[in-house]
Amino acid sequence: MSHPPSAADMTARAREFLAAHDPAAMDRTEFLRACFDAGLAWVHYPEGLGGSGLPRELQRAVNEAFAAAGAPDNDPRRIGIGLGMAAPTILAFGTPEQRARWLRPLWTGEEVWCQLFSEPGAGSDLAAVATRAVRDGDGWVVNGQKVWTSMAHEARWGILVARTDPDVPKHRGLTYFACDMTDPGVEVRPLRQLTGEAEFNEVFLTDVRIPDAHRLGEVGDGWRVAQTTLMNERVAIGGGAAPRESGMIGVVARTWRERPEARTAALHDRLLGLWVTAEAARLTALRIGQQLAAGQPGPEGSAAKFAFASLSQELSGLELELLGEEGLRYDDWTMRRPDSVEFLGRGPGYRYLRAKGNSIEGGTSEILRNIIAERVLGLPGEIRVDKDVAWKDLPR
Amino acid sequence: MNADLLYGEDEDQLRAAVRELLADRAPWPAVLARTESADPYDLDLWRALAGDVGCAGLLVPEELGGAGATLREAAVVAEETGRAVAPVPFLGSAVTATALLLALPGTEEMLRELAEGRSTAALAVPFTTPPHAEFPGTVTADGDRLTGRITSVADALPADVLLVPAGGALYAVAGADTTRTPVTSLDMTRALCDIDLDGAPGRPLATGDAARDALARALSCGAAVLASEQLGLAERCLEITVEYVKGRYQFGRPVGSYQGLKHRLAELWVAITQARAVARYAASCAAGDDAETTADTAVAVAVAQAHCSVVAVRAAEECVQMHGGIGFTWEHPAHLYLKRAKSTALAHGTPGRHRTDLAALIDLAPA
Ligand SMILES: Cc1cc2nc3c(=O)[nH]c(=O)nc-3n(C[C@H](O)[C@H](O)[C@H](O)COP(=O)(O)OP(=O)(O)OC[C@H]3O[C@@H](n4cnc5c(N)ncnc54)[C@H](O)[C@@H]3O)c2cc1C
Repeated sequence: MSHPPSAADMTARAREFLAAHDPAAMDRTEFLRACFDAGLAWVHYPEGLGGSGLPRELQRAVNEAFAAAGAPDNDPRRIGIGLGMAAPTILAFGTPEQRARWLRPLWTGEEVWCQLFSEPGAGSDLAAVATRAVRDGDGWVVNGQKVWTSMAHEARWGILVARTDPDVPKHRGLTYFACDMTDPGVEVRPLRQLTGEAEFNEVFLTDVRIPDAHRLGEVGDGWRVAQTTLMNERVAIGGGAAPRESGMIGVVARTWRERPEARTAALHDRLLGLWVTAEAARLTALRIGQQLAAGQPGPEGSAAKFAFASLSQELSGLELELLGEEGLRYDDWTMRRPDSVEFLGRGPGYRYLRAKGNSIEGGTSEILRNIIAERVLGLPGEIRVDKDVAWKDLPR
Repeated sequence: MNADLLYGEDEDQLRAAVRELLADRAPWPAVLARTESADPYDLDLWRALAGDVGCAGLLVPEELGGAGATLREAAVVAEETGRAVAPVPFLGSAVTATALLLALPGTEEMLRELAEGRSTAALAVPFTTPPHAEFPGTVTADGDRLTGRITSVADALPADVLLVPAGGALYAVAGADTTRTPVTSLDMTRALCDIDLDGAPGRPLATGDAARDALARALSCGAAVLASEQLGLAERCLEITVEYVKGRYQFGRPVGSYQGLKHRLAELWVAITQARAVARYAASCAAGDDAETTADTAVAVAVAQAHCSVVAVRAAEECVQMHGGIGFTWEHPAHLYLKRAKSTALAHGTPGRHRTDLAALIDLAPA
């Protein structure tokens, strides 16, 4: 095909699909599977893998046609880690068998994914992970502890970075796997967050057996594979085309409109300043999306995620000041196990607290500043004491 | 004469006694555990603070069984309760309610009971009420019977006596004669409640200007001392964070060695030293040390609240951020500080509200 189809073409194609697959008359999962098989799930993915090899922005026309017909979606909030991180990594590094096995149930939400990266001793310094994977016949035996693992309690699969060679410098001794969370050696324990609930977990891996067929990328190449995941994670958190006033700015703007009695000149000025920043961030994300039409994201995603975090925090803090007395109240501290990651829902107090995580999860804002300074601006890095030392000899 | 912005020997001793008691009786895991118990206020601890250390009667004259001290000493205690996010009604009872009663005649017996720790009191206004608020009007008086609702009141849950503004007058109401509904509060260590009065019997304390002046005085004292609570909290957050970043290694180095953190902590320290100066100044002015500083109380309190609120929130937010994932968990004290800090920034007026008040006081009219 020499010319990509127009948005109108895609709308027509989506309607054609809907005519043959009436969402009202079909089982939700069956509908989603059919949508995947028709190449309408993520149109920028290759044919046969839920896509049609088309520019990413054409997805919008499909989604709008589906939404207008009242079709079910795949509940992206529930499967954000799969969609935003695992899928692009599987696409980039997976074998044909792996792509065929994992992408469809990932997209339909039949299999939830989690991210087994961070450890108690390795957060920002992800390359320092200590979880060991040792070769054993046609597979690997994995032992270690992961932490802050969002949605591990819902997950069927985890993308895992483990150390396969402790004798080389830390970036070189890592390998990337998909870990079956139903393996008897996987133990998931809730970790309660400052919001009161436990969206994340500690995950203990004890003699977990991972077949070599579940390795993504080469042995020892885990760092490079993980970079793909992280770059995509940052785009997933901070990026994405969205209409004006979506997200936190929309919530706070609504509060402002609904509460004339709460308004003050000082808050008004701050709100408008943040509105402009939010619009700038939105347009930047849109621009990144256009650049990304093909290929993998670069450091721009880090910039988007960085901007997103500080905006959410400032806006949610302002909302509490705007609400005054209501801002002193909280909806519920009860320990719960949510089935999705929720940045905006619930009350203003929750939003304020949850936003604090935005500058930590997916790479802290300090690490993102370093990435921008070093990879984009080419500024010299910090003096490193850990680059050329075997992992096992590193200071801890 | 310039206000004394330092701490005296007596204040150092008072601080040491309070800190020791709080370290022993209110370590943060105990404070955290209590937030989810049926008794959000630690009244045993309060009795020890009130009785053994004499915190309840600091502001009460000696002849009424108090310590005859001033708001300066009360501010020192608040620094410590802020450091410990202690679940005691010090601010509400020993400062705000006591200041109100001290401004009114005929309250000797109530003050004596408060000073001796035999009862606690709370001013029944929303915790957000700023010093120069209009006289509250949500409760009406029919003779001495009071009816109405007051929401989000601090330190009222455990109070024996509620000091209720109604119909332009002030009344004392037995807590037991009202319905107090606990509020799920953002600051879990200072549980708020909503108060319903349904023909509750009130003892009139004052009307007209006397009532208005006493209320303004009480709120001003509460706001001044709250600034010191914020100071103590900010200081503790800085300490915890500095300690953590010294010992947490990433990339083979303590994370505190990275200038991205180090410089922010240095700036926070600068802001906290300023917070100490403005909080001390506000306490001195509100203490009524001399005529000149007393006349500057309104400015001093507005400055203290506008500054210390911001510093406390920043300190707590940095504490969370610089701890990384662990700072986002329930099992680390950072969130207790964050929730207290943000709530105190709304209490007795937001920083924005205080800046607006200031505009009129210092002749910088808005555009
Ligand atoms: C809500 C939430 C969800 C999460 N979900 C997941 C998940 O699903 N899977 C997963 O694997 N992980 C997850 N994480 C973990 C997250 O990725 C880590 O917390 C993060 O990478 C920081 O690591 P750390 O907590 O060990 O903090 P540390 O790395 O110890 O950082 C402590 C402080 O030091 C700073 N710092 C570190 N290095 C430098 C430097 N070189 N220069 C300047 N400052 C520096 C940090 O920015 C931070 O402020 C989640 C975290 C949160 C809060």
